[in-house]
Amino acid sequence: MAYLPELVLLAGALVLFLVTLGESRTALAKQVALGTAALTIAASLAAFYQEATLFSGAYRVDIFSQMLKLAFGCGFFLILLLSGKLSDIREEVKPEYYLFLTISVYGLVSLVSCIELIALVVALEVSAFPLYLMIPMRRERAGQRSQMESAIKYVMFGIAANGVMFFGMSYLFGLTGSTSLPVMMAKLQPIMTTPLVITGLALMFCGMFYKLAIFPFHFWTPDVYQGAANETAGLVASLPKIGGVAILVRFVSLSAPDNRTLALLLALLAVGSMFYGNLIALMQTDFKRLLGFSGIAHAGYALVGFVALEQIGYAAAVYYIIGYLFMVLACFVVICKVSDDGVNVSIESLAGLHRRSPLLAVTLAVGVFGLAGIPPFVGFMGKLSLLSAALSKGYLWLVIIAVVNSAIAVYYYLSVVRESWFRDPGERQPIRLDLPTRVLCVALIAGILALGVAPARMLVTISDSIAKATAPASAVPVAAPQVTATTIPGASQSSLPDGPHLRP
Amino acid sequence: MTSPSSTGSCLLSLLIFSPLAAAVVAAFIRSDRWLRWWTLAATTIIAVVSLPLYTGFDVATSKFQFTETANWIPTLKIQYALGIDGISLLLVLLTTLIMPLCVLCSWNYIQNRIREFMICLLIMESAMIGVFCALDFVLFFVFWEAMLIPMALLIGIWGGPRKIYASLKFFIYTMSGSVFLLVALIALRLQVGSFYIPDMMGKPYSHEFQTWVFLAFFISFAIKVPMFPFHTWLPAAHVEAPTAGSVILASVLLKMGTYGFLRFSLPITPWAAAHFTPWVMALSVVAISYGGLTALAQTDLKKLVAYSSVAHMGFATLGIFAMNKMGLEGAIMVMINHGVTTGALFITVGIIYERLHSRELGQAAGMGKRLPVLAAFAGVFALSSLAFPGTNSFIGEFMVMAGGFKFSQVMMILVAPGVVLAAAYMLRMLQKLAYGSTKNPDHSKLQDLGFREVVTLAPLLVFVFWIGLHPEPFTRVMHASVENLLQQTAQAPSASGLAVAQTPVVSK
Repeated sequence: MAYLPELVLLAGALVLFLVTLGESRTALAKQVALGTAALTIAASLAAFYQEATLFSGAYRVDIFSQMLKLAFGCGFFLILLLSGKLSDIREEVKPEYYLFLTISVYGLVSLVSCIELIALVVALEVSAFPLYLMIPMRRERAGQRSQMESAIKYVMFGIAANGVMFFGMSYLFGLTGSTSLPVMMAKLQPIMTTPLVITGLALMFCGMFYKLAIFPFHFWTPDVYQGAANETAGLVASLPKIGGVAILVRFVSLSAPDNRTLALLLALLAVGSMFYGNLIALMQTDFKRLLGFSGIAHAGYALVGFVALEQIGYAAAVYYIIGYLFMVLACFVVICKVSDDGVNVSIESLAGLHRRSPLLAVTLAVGVFGLAGIPPFVGFMGKLSLLSAALSKGYLWLVIIAVVNSAIAVYYYLSVVRESWFRDPGERQPIRLDLPTRVLCVALIAGILALGVAPARMLVTISDSIAKATAPASAVPVAAPQVTATTIPGASQSSLPDGPHLRP
Repeated sequence: MTSPSSTGSCLLSLLIFSPLAAAVVAAFIRSDRWLRWWTLAATTIIAVVSLPLYTGFDVATSKFQFTETANWIPTLKIQYALGIDGISLLLVLLTTLIMPLCVLCSWNYIQNRIREFMICLLIMESAMIGVFCALDFVLFFVFWEAMLIPMALLIGIWGGPRKIYASLKFFIYTMSGSVFLLVALIALRLQVGSFYIPDMMGKPYSHEFQTWVFLAFFISFAIKVPMFPFHTWLPAAHVEAPTAGSVILASVLLKMGTYGFLRFSLPITPWAAAHFTPWVMALSVVAISYGGLTALAQTDLKKLVAYSSVAHMGFATLGIFAMNKMGLEGAIMVMINHGVTTGALFITVGIIYERLHSRELGQAAGMGKRLPVLAAFAGVFALSSLAFPGTNSFIGEFMVMAGGFKFSQVMMILVAPGVVLAAAYMLRMLQKLAYGSTKNPDHSKLQDLGFREVVTLAPLLVFVFWIGLHPEPFTRVMHASVENLLQQTAQAPSASGLAVAQTPVVSK
């Protein structure tokens, strides 16, 4: 029961594998994928308050992982709706596309439950490798041959970043003799300020910085966004980042409570990301590249929450990145629908969108204003909680840099609004939306608004779950991972009845 | 300060959310004709519903009234807290009064995308009322920023030739101001432990903290007022906005800056406010003269009125930072009067534009000969704008001058030319409009004001004379709150805020 979301996704992936064996089964594959996504959401809701451990404590199902699994399920479903008929994917590989998408989501879903480094690395690769394959699945045609380059960039940077991460992990393993995160946390506490620990942790973060596209691990971002099909770019821009933040929460909490050096490092990377992303985004003419650079900046904002090295900051970062999922998907819906035949969308080609398709224009405006951090959308509440977390630790300079960056960012977000709302469409034809797209648009707008106006329940859940998920194994004997594995769920179950209950 | 408590009244929530509900309904109305009537009915009903705020208002207390509190986001200690006092009461009423007039003055002016236009107007109304009622800083900020989007759309979609430039400039200016407000509000939250605004007032913050918070406030509010030299977005936005947009901007949006000074700067950072008073006063004096001189040089009617706004808002900031009873009450009166008079002038300019399709003063020369009713209205509002005795602005500006005189005589002598300038540019406009010269353009085909236009302007005319001849019902409600504000300001150690000579002593 506790592993229902994973099982559903695995079953879905197996069925999809069988489907891909046949010829031209795109429609069937899509239906299977949609069904899997819907069932994943249902399964995550059903297993929301479950707790369990597996593989001698390497794999833990707790409220933190279940909440994120729900987010992945929703994201999976939204991305399937968004990708429509996969107009820019090569015809013969469309069923495989759905298969890889499902496997990647499975990897992410299992990633957030891993609390042991080896399991975590396996899950990370399961989530990443399908993405490496999905990028070059874009159709080739005149003027559109950069997908291979993008894929190679994505693979090379990904493997290099992972290599660095493994190197950092090896240091930490050498120091603690364990690969279990709770055990490591307890053992690292006394030697936290030694250079070796700091080096090991910093190197280990690199893998997640790559996923999040933090400066200077961002170089793949704009090229992959540009080279990948619009649907794939929407996927790369959203779900892996949630996974990245979730694992970063686990990693960074190893260095809690007070590690000034690492906090400073995170702060500097945040500043670099924000300035780099926002300043270069100002110059972009391709909407996907613009979102790529803005994504780098948003990863910087999320990192501002980590600087606090506190649960409140992690919670803010998770909340922000879940909100970001909705906002960035709102933008990608527009990209997918505005694009004729799957070509890349320049900002100019958004002109007159409010006449061509009012609903898309509203979706775009809500998404973009949300990214700009304007209330009542989720971007504002997210930023408010991130900045509060950083300021409560006295990082006034960081907060001021962050708000200056939001002011810079307003300019390029407005340029999108300017094209879509204030310009005339000229020769461009109206866009007809099918029912799933309309539902998707309304769902995204509702999500962005609801998360911004009524985040109380969600913030409490995230915050509580992180408190449990990042607790060190200090209360238990640190002799063997097996022991901790059996003790921790018992400890968490005792406090279960206090939490809010969600009806599946 | 007292802990937040609820009086059980939900009038303010009703006022904030009924325009939103009306906007949702408007989204489903297909006929343009019905859309106009629906929006007019909704805004008029809201205006009527807001009247109990005045009749039920207890003038004897400075406490917040009609309060409502509920937990909104407990993790971040954000509340849904509403309430009004003598400072915000009149501004709320002004907002609800102006909105039906905005609908009326857009009746024929807006011909395309009427549904979106009306929805924008209604969302604006919600946000504007929310700003004046919010007692939780985050709630305030949400409303404050939520206004930006519909306003930018009003200018950018239904505006004049340079609408895109004006809309983006408005948005970027205001947004860059409010990011500093965001830092200030987080900093205050960490000092106070809650976002409840009354809790933030009268706390012994360090001088350094006050200085930084005051400066953050100042940038944000000065852009909104707008004070010289942050005013450059205003002429562009005013000129390009449709009539209703200009009216909302002039009558309500500009007041939010001065309201911010009254609600946040003075009570939360009294020491810094007193410390920076000479500078703010100097900027106000510059704004009055600069606005007047620039208005004198304009040939575009809307630009003329826009620059006169800069000058009038200079009076408001002057009165606020004089920090005495006369000055503060005068400033609030100037805010209300400017809302009435400048709103009316923008409507008048809109009416002229609908007839001539030009805002050039030269094109409008001599219109009064053919359109006597228009000339009569324009005459009264122009006289009101130059603070002619017997009209509303005279009361406000007189009180500000009297308050300012207690503060610094030199400054008031510097203000005097600004007052004369106001007469100069307004009478110049009026002379051209009513009589012109022998070479007037042909206006023989133009119609005088219709019934709808008279109905639009008449309520404002009533207020011009009502406030001008019998201001007591308006000043009455603000006495207690202003007294309380003065006490909070005086809490600044050894700074009475009355004498400029003391300020250097305080600063070190």
